[in-house]
Amino acid sequence: MKFLLQRLAFYVFTAWAALTINFFIPRLIPGDPVTSLINKFQGQMSTEAINSLYVLFGLDKNASLWSQYVDYWGQVFHGDLGLSFTFFPTPVADILKQSLPWTIALVGITTFASFMIGTSLGVVAGWRRGSIMDGLLPVTTFLSSIPYFWLGLLAITLLAGPDSFFPSSGGYEPGLVPGWTGSFIGSAIQHSLLPALTILISSVSGWILTMRNMMVTVASEDYITVAHAKGLSERRVMVSYAARNALLPNVSGFALSLGFIVGGTLLVEIVFSYPGIGYNLFQAVGAKDYPLMQGVFLVITLSVLVANLLADVAYLLLDPRTRKEG
Amino acid sequence: MKAPVLEIKNFHVDYGLGSEAVQAVRDVTLTLHRGEVLGLAGESGSGKSTLAYGVTRLLPPPGVISGGSVIYHPPNGDAYDVMALTDAELRKFRWAETSIVFQGAMNSLNPVHKISTQMIDVIKAHEPQLSPSARVARAQEMLKLVGISADRMDAYPHQLSGGMRQRVMIGMALVLEPQVVIMDEPTTALDVVMQRQILAQLVELRERLGFSILFITHDLSLLVEFSDRIAIMYGGRIVEQARSVDLYKDSLHPYSEGLLKSFPALRGERRELAGIPGSPPDLRGMPSGCSFHPRCPQAFDRCSTEIPVLGIPAARNYSNRSVACWLPGRVPISVER
Ligand SMILES: Nc1ncnc2c1ncn2[C@@H]1O[C@H](COP(=O)(O)OP(=O)(O)OP(=O)(O)O)[C@@H](O)[C@H]1O
Ligand SMILES: [Mg+2]
Repeated sequence: MKFLLQRLAFYVFTAWAALTINFFIPRLIPGDPVTSLINKFQGQMSTEAINSLYVLFGLDKNASLWSQYVDYWGQVFHGDLGLSFTFFPTPVADILKQSLPWTIALVGITTFASFMIGTSLGVVAGWRRGSIMDGLLPVTTFLSSIPYFWLGLLAITLLAGPDSFFPSSGGYEPGLVPGWTGSFIGSAIQHSLLPALTILISSVSGWILTMRNMMVTVASEDYITVAHAKGLSERRVMVSYAARNALLPNVSGFALSLGFIVGGTLLVEIVFSYPGIGYNLFQAVGAKDYPLMQGVFLVITLSVLVANLLADVAYLLLDPRTRKEG
Repeated sequence: MKAPVLEIKNFHVDYGLGSEAVQAVRDVTLTLHRGEVLGLAGESGSGKSTLAYGVTRLLPPPGVISGGSVIYHPPNGDAYDVMALTDAELRKFRWAETSIVFQGAMNSLNPVHKISTQMIDVIKAHEPQLSPSARVARAQEMLKLVGISADRMDAYPHQLSGGMRQRVMIGMALVLEPQVVIMDEPTTALDVVMQRQILAQLVELRERLGFSILFITHDLSLLVEFSDRIAIMYGGRIVEQARSVDLYKDSLHPYSEGLLKSFPALRGERRELAGIPGSPPDLRGMPSGCSFHPRCPQAFDRCSTEIPVLGIPAARNYSNRSVACWLPGRVPISVER
């Protein structure tokens, strides 16, 4: 428990540091976002409107940096992340609220599936060395070595098209209204298949490899020999002795990869124009949309931290050696 | 003579296949009798562990059993060859009939499961009809016998001391009340006091539960104290086999003599300590004839050409011991099989 509290304190500190950096970076970048916004509206705005924009975006030249910083924290705690430039005047929080479920559903589910599939295959490959599974390894390794961008484009070129089952972009049929209706969910699933498949292909071999290698290492441990000597069934030895122990590094790897769902989704969403967080970031960078960028970074930072915390908890639950008494 | 419980006959183990194979155990014939403690001693690398793994068919690759049989005599029922068992039969045989405490029992416990889980899963595998509470009771009782209190049941291995872990392993080896317990240097990592304490406990338990022990160690003085009979292994072969007292008083093989001299005896008269000159043989390039002859102070011509056969020595009238040596008077009258 003490260990967990220590970790928690560490993460709170890290979150503070990350948010502070998040506050400063846009202010250090040369170029003035308001100017670019004004340019966009081509002199349709009055000076008053421009001034209020500066205040609104937290770029008020008259306020001291300290009072800006305090305001920034107040806003963060209220979930107020400012207004987006690109989707003016939609609040950043609303944009994130809209796109986050897409990212979590697509990348979250595929990351989980990839972990489950890869780990199970890795268990079998490591336990029965020299079986067909071992022959499969070079194939999956090859597939995962293809740069993701390329793989995505290849999948679109080969599999998607006007009259293909797989749509090449978007999260759902343009005409549909998002909601819990059968046709919308069906369409969303149809749109997610191709990106999901490419993510799976590029990530599953990592899980297979690490799990296989851990299984091989664990299989030569004394306690595995003892488990055999005890006359336990092959399955029991494989699952609750070998795999159970080999899983430890993979589980923390998995928790960490959950943190990268949001951050790592950028390429996928760009390639498939998928309406998630990564695509937001892509748009924000293109339009110098600092509030949106800040918002996305905030989400990424927090998700990485939460994932780290999850990894700690998972390890604590799975490995009694990390548990401290009392 | 008591009835045999485990008969190892002409047992061979190789590491690797073909011409590159290392013959780690050669033509070992050894009988363990009901209720006895049989000690197996020899220098490091002589093939003691390999023999133990081979007998239980647990050899890690590239180890292969290249010949021989292991006849097991159940307390009631017909004897059978362990080498001929199917996988399912072998699983039933393991631990319930013959359990094993491995060298380095420290790492024999799975770090992520509680002691109780690891004790109980073996009971569950072999006696599924037993109720969960009966399983727990059995495990608890066994741990108490080896001196681990019931409240340590739910501890994880890393929470126990080395000696406690060793006791847990010994308790686990006995939990199904097997006929044979093979112990491969179960106490080597412990200090001498702890070693003797555990061994004394073990001998006491054996009297109560009536199992036989094949006790493997390189510490001959320990065997002299605790075992009924001792077999000496050198270069993969048994070179001498005798009752402990006989071996201690009057060892016939020069290697046994050397071994005895290299350990101080805890009791009895003081002996001069002397090691054995030279180093254990390289299994890849075994000397011709008796593999001990390059280090033997009494070697003569015949030793380097002919492999001595293990048998009852001619000159002295010992019916109960055998030796593999060409020295006069030790040449066998008949080959023991
Ligand atoms: N995997 C292996 N491959 C090749 N040779 C091996 C292998 N394992 C053991 N050996 C050889 O087999 C011989 C016997 O080894 P073993 O472990 O049985 O010795 P031991 O008598 O138990 O020694 P110790 O007292 O050190 O435990 C050694 O010479 C060793 O080099
Ligand atoms: Mg050994």
